[in-house]
Amino acid sequence: MGEHHGPMKGIKRWLFATNHKDIGAMYLWFSFIMFLTGGFMAMIIRAELMYPGLQLVDPNFFNQMTTTHGLIMVFGAVMPAFVGLANYMVPMMIGAPDMALPRLNNWSFWILPFAFSLLIIAIIQSFLGIADAPNFGWTFYAPLSTKYGPASTDFFIFSVHMMGVSSIMGAVNVIVTIFNLRAPGMTLMKMPLFVWTWLITAFLLIAVMPVLAGAVTMMLTDRHFGTSFFDAAGGGDPVLFQHVFWFFGHPEVYIMILPAFGIVSAIIPTFARKPLFGYASMVYATASIAFLSFVVWAHHMFTVGLPLAGNLFYMYMTMLIAVPTGVKVFNWVATMWKGAMTFEVPMLFAIAFVVLFTIGGFSGLMLAITPVDQQYHDTYFVVAHFHYVLVTGAVFSIVAGVYYWLPKWTGRMYNIGLAKLHFWSSLIFVNLLFFPMHFVGLAGMPRRYSDYSLQFADFNWWISIGGFGFGLSQLILLWILIEVCFRKKGEPVSDQVWDGAEGLEWTLPSPVPYHSFTTPPVIK
Amino acid sequence: MAEKTTHYYVPEQSPWPFITAIALFLVAFGAANFIQQNSGSGLVTNEGSSGSYILPLGILGILVMMFVWFRDTIRESLANMNSAQMDRSYRMGMLWFIFSEVMFFGAFFGALFYVRILAVPWLGGAGEEAMTHELLWPNFQAMWPLTLTPGGATTEAMPAWGLPFLNTVLLVSSSITLTIAHHALVAGQRNRLLVSLFITLVLGFAFLFFQVEEYVHAYTEMGLTLDAGIYGSTFFMLTGFHGMHVTIGATMLTIMFLRALKGNLTPDNHFAFEASAWYWHFVDVVWLFLFVCVYWL
Repeated sequence: MGEHHGPMKGIKRWLFATNHKDIGAMYLWFSFIMFLTGGFMAMIIRAELMYPGLQLVDPNFFNQMTTTHGLIMVFGAVMPAFVGLANYMVPMMIGAPDMALPRLNNWSFWILPFAFSLLIIAIIQSFLGIADAPNFGWTFYAPLSTKYGPASTDFFIFSVHMMGVSSIMGAVNVIVTIFNLRAPGMTLMKMPLFVWTWLITAFLLIAVMPVLAGAVTMMLTDRHFGTSFFDAAGGGDPVLFQHVFWFFGHPEVYIMILPAFGIVSAIIPTFARKPLFGYASMVYATASIAFLSFVVWAHHMFTVGLPLAGNLFYMYMTMLIAVPTGVKVFNWVATMWKGAMTFEVPMLFAIAFVVLFTIGGFSGLMLAITPVDQQYHDTYFVVAHFHYVLVTGAVFSIVAGVYYWLPKWTGRMYNIGLAKLHFWSSLIFVNLLFFPMHFVGLAGMPRRYSDYSLQFADFNWWISIGGFGFGLSQLILLWILIEVCFRKKGEPVSDQVWDGAEGLEWTLPSPVPYHSFTTPPVIK
Repeated sequence: MAEKTTHYYVPEQSPWPFITAIALFLVAFGAANFIQQNSGSGLVTNEGSSGSYILPLGILGILVMMFVWFRDTIRESLANMNSAQMDRSYRMGMLWFIFSEVMFFGAFFGALFYVRILAVPWLGGAGEEAMTHELLWPNFQAMWPLTLTPGGATTEAMPAWGLPFLNTVLLVSSSITLTIAHHALVAGQRNRLLVSLFITLVLGFAFLFFQVEEYVHAYTEMGLTLDAGIYGSTFFMLTGFHGMHVTIGATMLTIMFLRALKGNLTPDNHFAFEASAWYWHFVDVVWLFLFVCVYWL
């Protein structure tokens, strides 16, 4: 037993996988496919919005695009990408042979393609004119999603249930791996920050995904079994839906950013050739952000008519989050301060992350102020804010992580020239795409409409150009990945790969052997 | 020896997780179809779809997969392939899973507290909501249990000190007998284990019997139904999901009883028994909260 068994041959290796790297790779490819799918929907949205008036799709289909774009990007692209990175990297970083529960791990992954097929089928049906896909926005507020939701809403509900099962089991696996499989000597405060951020993320996932399951279950019974959770005529309240949803939803946005902090905290010290500044404060800041994420949810609901005391409480709590987040940004900058900096591709993305995520953080601070938010609510300012934290935040960090660890995974260096082209074109187009949204939002352009008033036309034309440019830039990444992973192009790399890189993963050969560590490594 | 214990163990590849994912898909797809076909309220209808075949097929698939997946795991455990580390992973995994279940119930308890403390009083004009009351349903009286909804549905409230109290006694006693069984297992007292586990099962199934009895009574005599407004909604959602979890827990304990009969639970290798017992205690604690918050206060 043990060291002798290699992977099964052919397709069975993937269908019946128990290896953390195989499963991690499947997660990453799945999320990339979802990223391109959701991105294609964003292209349809931007094509429609390029000019005022209706030209390409009807408003109902437009709503289905915004809804499915959001759902696919959140649950299909960003979350599985981080889970994939956790699968691949956490065992290597803590000196473990694999994830703690390898078969459960495989189940967690394979649920996802089936869950998303339920959503994709709905969109295809809608495209063929058979039935409507979900059209109520990714936040699926009641009663839009209950009384007025199309028939496909029920499939959407069960799809969310499946995603929940997958996320919870995946998170249980990560927590157990970190608590139980660390090599001797790898104490908690020696763990790489990526491991720390994922530990806390996994805790958030286990705490809030069941609440989301509860929310969609109440939707289902309101739709079909006569309950009145979200119906005031029966003594319920549509606002209850928003409370339950955002109790999940706000920790969810930290689920999508904490692992990003971990990745950036790995990359910046490598290329600044200095240890991470303020390691312990980074850990405490991450934990504080996670704690605060449970007491800020109603800042998404400042316009629904909460009691004044409620609005004030959520405003102050939300502003508090700026403190630990500020600690983090300060520490990254301090790490770079007087470092022997070089600007390899992962570092470029990491620095762009620090700058652009901070912009998203500042607009978040603006939105935290209740009276201000009541003006900005549901405008493009909000769209600009969360795309800065999710695209130039989460997605940039994922891309940075892929460029950082890809040589370790494959044993080959990717095409650096193309990767730099990918960085610069992404950077320019993403800002052209999202920065003007701040202005049209402040000027009053509402989100989730397929048309707008004429004065927004010029800005929207430029925004669409930025969108198409950013979308096309990602095909460069696709090509880079195909070359390295499938066409086996690229110079072989050393085990160390990057000069200044530290951590157990760089002590393993490149590419990493099938079982990462067969005996526990010695921790200094 | 030293080499053997420091060497990491990674389990063999297995087809079951992938097939379980397919089965889960069939459950989801089938359930959505089935509910659209058969639900009374009829927001949407989807005549002639295949849910009534796909859903049972999916459920059957999940059950078969659980059987073969656990069978493999038990065989590996009996063949001494699991290290102490693996055993700890299982324990931690089960505890975190139970935490996720706690949060699932948290969503419904949260909904209950929200409507009791805020939504219903607001509909009755409390706080700053005088105009809400005036404009929407000026005749509505805020109360809990909400026996007359703004929309006019009526129901009776379920009293706490009849069947629900009996059920509390049953479930708390079953937790005690289960603990006795656990001590007997650790001490290697086979008969005491079997007898107290059997009593636990009898108490658990008696609980379920009385729960069904209570539901029949609620539906046929009290007008307390899912349609009866938010009181009925929270009542059935909370007690219903709890009942479902009791059923799952009782099934787990039944399997433990069969395994104990077969003699493959030993004093130092019985993770499955402990996991089932933790689950049972969790279900018991949820019931105590239910009894206080749903029935009593």
